[in-house]
Amino acid sequence: MRALGLAISTFAALALSVMPASAATLDEVKERGHLQCGVDGGIPGFSAPDDEGNMAGIDADYCYALAAAIFGDSSKVKFTNLTAKERFTALTSGEIDVLSRNTTDTLTRDATLGVNFTYYNYIDGQGFLVKKDLGVTSATQLSGAKVCVQAGTTTELNLADYFRVNDMEFEPVVYDTSVQTREGFDGGACDVLTSDKSQLAAIRTELADPEGAVILPETISKEPLGPAVRQGDDQWHDIVRWTLFALINAEELGVNSENVDQMREESTNPSVRRLLGVEGTMGENLGLSNDWAYNAIKQVGNYGEIYERNVEPLGLEREGSVNALWTEGGILYAPPIR
Amino acid sequence: MSRNNRIPFYRNPVYRGIAVQITVLALVLWALYTIFTNTVANLNERGIQTGFGFLTETAPFAVGFSPFIDYKLGETPYWVVFLIGIQNTIIVSVLGILAATILGFIVGVARLSPNFLLSRFASVYVEIFRNTPLLLQIMFWNFAVFLPLFPGPRESITVGEEIFLNNRGLYLPKPILTESVGAWALLAAVVMGIFAIFAFNRWAKAKQYHTGYRPPGRLYGLLTLVVLVFLVFLIFPAPLSFEIPELGRFNLTGGIQVPLPLFSLWFALTTYTAAFIAENVRGGINSVSKGQTEAAASLGLKRPTMLRLVIIPQAMRVIIPPTISQYLNLTKNSSLAVAVAYEELVNLWAGIALNQTGQALVIIAMTILVYETLSLLTSGILNWYNRRVQVVER
Repeated sequence: MRALGLAISTFAALALSVMPASAATLDEVKERGHLQCGVDGGIPGFSAPDDEGNMAGIDADYCYALAAAIFGDSSKVKFTNLTAKERFTALTSGEIDVLSRNTTDTLTRDATLGVNFTYYNYIDGQGFLVKKDLGVTSATQLSGAKVCVQAGTTTELNLADYFRVNDMEFEPVVYDTSVQTREGFDGGACDVLTSDKSQLAAIRTELADPEGAVILPETISKEPLGPAVRQGDDQWHDIVRWTLFALINAEELGVNSENVDQMREESTNPSVRRLLGVEGTMGENLGLSNDWAYNAIKQVGNYGEIYERNVEPLGLEREGSVNALWTEGGILYAPPIR
Repeated sequence: MSRNNRIPFYRNPVYRGIAVQITVLALVLWALYTIFTNTVANLNERGIQTGFGFLTETAPFAVGFSPFIDYKLGETPYWVVFLIGIQNTIIVSVLGILAATILGFIVGVARLSPNFLLSRFASVYVEIFRNTPLLLQIMFWNFAVFLPLFPGPRESITVGEEIFLNNRGLYLPKPILTESVGAWALLAAVVMGIFAIFAFNRWAKAKQYHTGYRPPGRLYGLLTLVVLVFLVFLIFPAPLSFEIPELGRFNLTGGIQVPLPLFSLWFALTTYTAAFIAENVRGGINSVSKGQTEAAASLGLKRPTMLRLVIIPQAMRVIIPPTISQYLNLTKNSSLAVAVAYEELVNLWAGIALNQTGQALVIIAMTILVYETLSLLTSGILNWYNRRVQVVER
């Protein structure tokens, strides 16, 4: 009868493990003591280990800010490196709490994958990287090329659409990770590498001969990239969304990591006072402490600082681009914190 | 048997056994049911849509390598992508199994060779390839060896302006049967030639049975084949034409293409699996009793003849069962192809298609089913072969 007992307990455990998951992500995160954040981990400027082995980049910084908003401590975050193919499953299965991995917001993903997108921390478009010695100056000359592309991305779909629309032929060379894609291109497995332009800039810096490759002028798609969460937990969705808004609002209001203490003490601007938790109950409304945004800005910086620190070194100018604030001619527009 | 000896049914081991079996079965069914309902509930709760509807939708991405099934971007539905994935998995598995068997046999026999250098070399080969991770080997051959070693398409290594080798792959002329009497004649000649090989072989066997002397039957058959084909070419000027690969702006087009990822994967799977097969072969040969070798030697047989006629046939029954599992491993290991961009089932179907549709449950289930089928087929065929080999033995 021991075998039977064993069988019963095994099945009981099995059945329990597939019970519907509870929805309160914030409670889980607090109980666990750290935030689980899914990133790419191989794209400099977005998420890649720095010289000391800490995850750095605009995607990683967002997670630090979120951890600061929740715990008051930006270091309470652990990163999971995910390929494009793994990311949504990792999110919906609860392996990560938030996906901050240059992920494009699309209708299919939003409607069928059980994920919700929040807002954008980088607005991108797809382009092509080619070796200079091919003498190609425009994407319209690429018919017949082999194209390195990462599997399971919107990039892959835009590529197919673009060549079809322009009546050109191509052969895809589909790799799993950004790093393999770069190695394939570097080694000559393909003529062209296609990805979001920000990633192309990052990939180009890592080539054996960065000067030997050039990014073609065409931008063939819209790629609004931003954090995503599991569907079905509205409170968590709000927290993730408004933490991003807080960073963008902070830049708009001129609050940065340098002057945030002074602003909290002295500012008479009600918007700033609400943002930093001096007035109102903004943080508490979200289920966090009232100084959530203060902590995030103090420890990580506002959106402008994050951009300058991570993306500017790739040679991607913010001024005059869509990634500038709406007040500066861009399209980054965060709703008011009130 | 008196009445007193009858035990009540609840203490009867037979009934108790049945009761336990039924209970366990019920528990298993209940667990499966729970898993199913919970999965459905969870999917609904999270807004994940599922079903088979997507299979007839048009796949919105491109497929690079599909030698036998036509893929047309913007027209081909998802279920064809599934077939292409299976096709590519089978191609690399079959190629890998054939090559690994040949290489494995050579290395296995070499390892037992009296030649010190040869046997040491075989040992080193086995130890290195068996003891490093396969993924590492695949990536090593692709990124560190073949990509840098072979030149770009513009500087391809060519053989007679017809065969090209570069870091995109191997390009061969593609034979095209022109639709004419000549083409049919050629086909007939080849079929007759192959038939002749079998017929002559049979005749040679019969001759040996009666006279003890065996004429070179296979050679006669082969000669017949060559003569027949030659005659066809003599009578009909062009029964066959070749499509020669041509250099375009970026790549070679046309002809038969063996893309580099396929080559890298095939090479890595072959060298890796051959190391294991070599060990099976060595074990098999060692299992044949020494008396057999001595007896064969006393007949004056040379070592190659001895191996071929006496030792290997007896070793086969030891070699085959573990080699079946190596074949299965090779098939499953081909799923590491994604690292070098070869589009087999896991890369194309459980990777790209899954990610573009989000249909994880359906797609993973279909993928598992394919591997299950391939495994059962492979082991079924080899078990059948194994039984045949076993019957020979007394």
